[in-house]
Amino acid sequence: MTMTKQTYAPGTHPSLPPPKNTIGFTFWLKENLFSSATNSIVTLVSIYLLYLALPSAINWLFIDATYVGTTRKDCAPDGACLAFIGERFNLFVYGFYPAELRWRVNLATILLAVAGAAVLWDKIPARKHMLKFALAYPFIGAWLLSGGLGLEPVGTHLFGGLMLTLTIGVTGIVGSLPLGILLALGRQSNLPIIKYFCIGFIEFIRGVPLITLLFVASTMLSYFLPPGTTFDLLMRVLIMVTLFASAYMAEVIRGGLQALPKGQLEAAESLGLNYPQAMRFIILPQALKISIPGIVNTFIGLYKDSTLVIVIGLLDPLGIGRASVADSDWLGLSTEVYLFVAVFFFISCFGMARYSLYLENKLNTGHKR
Amino acid sequence: MSTPTSSTNPLLRAWYDKETRSVIVQIIAAALIISFFAYIINNAVVNLSNIGKDINFGFLWDNASYDINQHLIEYSSTSSHFRAMIVGLINTLLVAVAGIVLATILGFLLGVMRLSNNWLTQKIAYVYIEYIRNVPVLLHILLLHGLIVSSLPRPKGSYNFGDTFFLNNRGFQMPSPDFQSLFLIVGAFIVGGITFAWWFSRHAQKVQDETGKAYPVAIINIAAIVLLPLAVYFVLGSPIEWDVPALKGFNFKGGMVVRPEFIALWLALSFYTAAFIGEIVRAGIVAIDHGQTEAAQALGISNSRVLKLVVIPQALRVIIPPLTSQYLNLAKNSSLALAIGYMDIVATIGGISLNQTGREMECMLIVMAIYLAISLIISSGMNWYNNRMQLVER
Repeated sequence: MTMTKQTYAPGTHPSLPPPKNTIGFTFWLKENLFSSATNSIVTLVSIYLLYLALPSAINWLFIDATYVGTTRKDCAPDGACLAFIGERFNLFVYGFYPAELRWRVNLATILLAVAGAAVLWDKIPARKHMLKFALAYPFIGAWLLSGGLGLEPVGTHLFGGLMLTLTIGVTGIVGSLPLGILLALGRQSNLPIIKYFCIGFIEFIRGVPLITLLFVASTMLSYFLPPGTTFDLLMRVLIMVTLFASAYMAEVIRGGLQALPKGQLEAAESLGLNYPQAMRFIILPQALKISIPGIVNTFIGLYKDSTLVIVIGLLDPLGIGRASVADSDWLGLSTEVYLFVAVFFFISCFGMARYSLYLENKLNTGHKR
Repeated sequence: MSTPTSSTNPLLRAWYDKETRSVIVQIIAAALIISFFAYIINNAVVNLSNIGKDINFGFLWDNASYDINQHLIEYSSTSSHFRAMIVGLINTLLVAVAGIVLATILGFLLGVMRLSNNWLTQKIAYVYIEYIRNVPVLLHILLLHGLIVSSLPRPKGSYNFGDTFFLNNRGFQMPSPDFQSLFLIVGAFIVGGITFAWWFSRHAQKVQDETGKAYPVAIINIAAIVLLPLAVYFVLGSPIEWDVPALKGFNFKGGMVVRPEFIALWLALSFYTAAFIGEIVRAGIVAIDHGQTEAAQALGISNSRVLKLVVIPQALRVIIPPLTSQYLNLAKNSSLALAIGYMDIVATIGGISLNQTGREMECMLIVMAIYLAISLIISSGMNWYNNRMQLVER
């Protein structure tokens, strides 16, 4: 019998594999699902609940579902009736925008994607020029959508569906950020008249629900304008939504401003910077960076709140969905219709939330603990 | 002096002085603000007089002549607009309070689930929160309302819970209590129990602070508030007569009904807000330094008491401010009731009354004033609670 005894010089012993019972799937199961008696019970209850909900939902949504058809009668009785989505798709996207002019909506959306990429992604080639384009985009987009100046005019009452949501969302986002910054600075100002005006405005807007403001926009706003002026409904809604979002934005940015140590402003002043310069170069870059999660949350909130326009008769995807639920060809489809709209909102809002996380990580320069 | 700031022009010199400049800027701002408001108010006066209207709240006492399907106080179509407004306000408050209670419970549950060391629970809570948060609340309301109205059976095929509770697409039918006079005694016992519990908690706290002796406060208080009145209730021979709903023809008669609009609105608002509260609770608990828990465990305090005495009081301080704004959001979102026809304040005075009388200004002013008041009450209540919790910190 020969014992082979290997010897290693100190420090040269090869690493041994981890013990068998600390790796692999069974270990993961044990650690994450069955680590204690309570944990095991919780796992089993969760699995049972999932078993109750998931298979029937999957059956309904995918296996028994009908994807093609022209009326409700073409659909299987036990499954989801998704055929209407194909039938109604254009309505959901363009609203009542004239079919032969829809290229303008498409073009505006593509340009929006370009402008958006320029703002959101800092590695884009020729970013300087692209940013100039992004600044000009709101005007280009408005011109493409509503016409005039050589394009055939399209009334805003024909706007609807996804393009309406995007119109309201983009206008609100573009308008509410600068306005919110001004309001936040006003609220922090040591000029009492400006300060109390900003406080009053912010607290009033935050104290009432958006739909009362939309009602004001749709029924009462014309009373406050010079006699005889008429004013496009969508325009009024856009103004109200922007004002509404800017009040929330102001509070988020105020949080960022308050988080900065006072020394920053004092240092800026001692360098001889005046108020606008100190804000522009020292205070706002830092304050806005801290506020990014809040700002994106406000954007998401604004985007979701744009669905509220259906109470004053504008037809965004939710409004079109609600109208098609009442259509006699497609009666009783509310669940399918609303789930379809929910998927659309989920994708856009979840995307924004993820982008905010990415931005937070990227801008998190040296404050990590 | 020869610096450019010492200009001989007095106006320019005033501008370069910080104090004077701020006065000038404020005067200009005030002038702009006042003239703006003067302008729009003047416009409103001119416009209103052009169409022969005035601002007059007298219409509130006129006959409302419309029905409200859910009224907790006496109301009929011959009641006044003012009464309709009160009914709407009560409905708003009902759904807001019920929503806040359910959302808080669900939200804390979700927050704890998110932090659970059970992988499955954690993921379920995560998926739930992400789905609910990223879809508009109005969509949740419409979806739930559609589900209730179109998927639940008609009254004939109701889900029957022991012949007393019925669930169908007309709502949730349940027995309504008819209080007999003897019930006053039970009521007195309940009030007495609450008073006793309040006194006893303070007394037990004092005894514990002085001597270290701990009474079983929770058990004694539950006995005083629940068990004793319950015993009295049965001794007196159950002085409540229950009016049980029963199917008569196509619909249920008797009892009371929770209408589908209320259920949809209440559940949707609660589910939606709970997702946000869940994240707030999670952030609050995560914000507590782990050293706090370890220190408490090192002192030999049991796990449940570590939670109760160390983690939760500190986490609440982080949680309460954002929780307040979620409560405010829920109260304001209850105005979406309009979309499914739940008769809240916006649907009554700001909807039907407004359309009937054509008094947009007055109705919208009332609605806005009421919401501002609700917001103010919630935030001052939560501020009071917040201040109380802040005292925990030494």
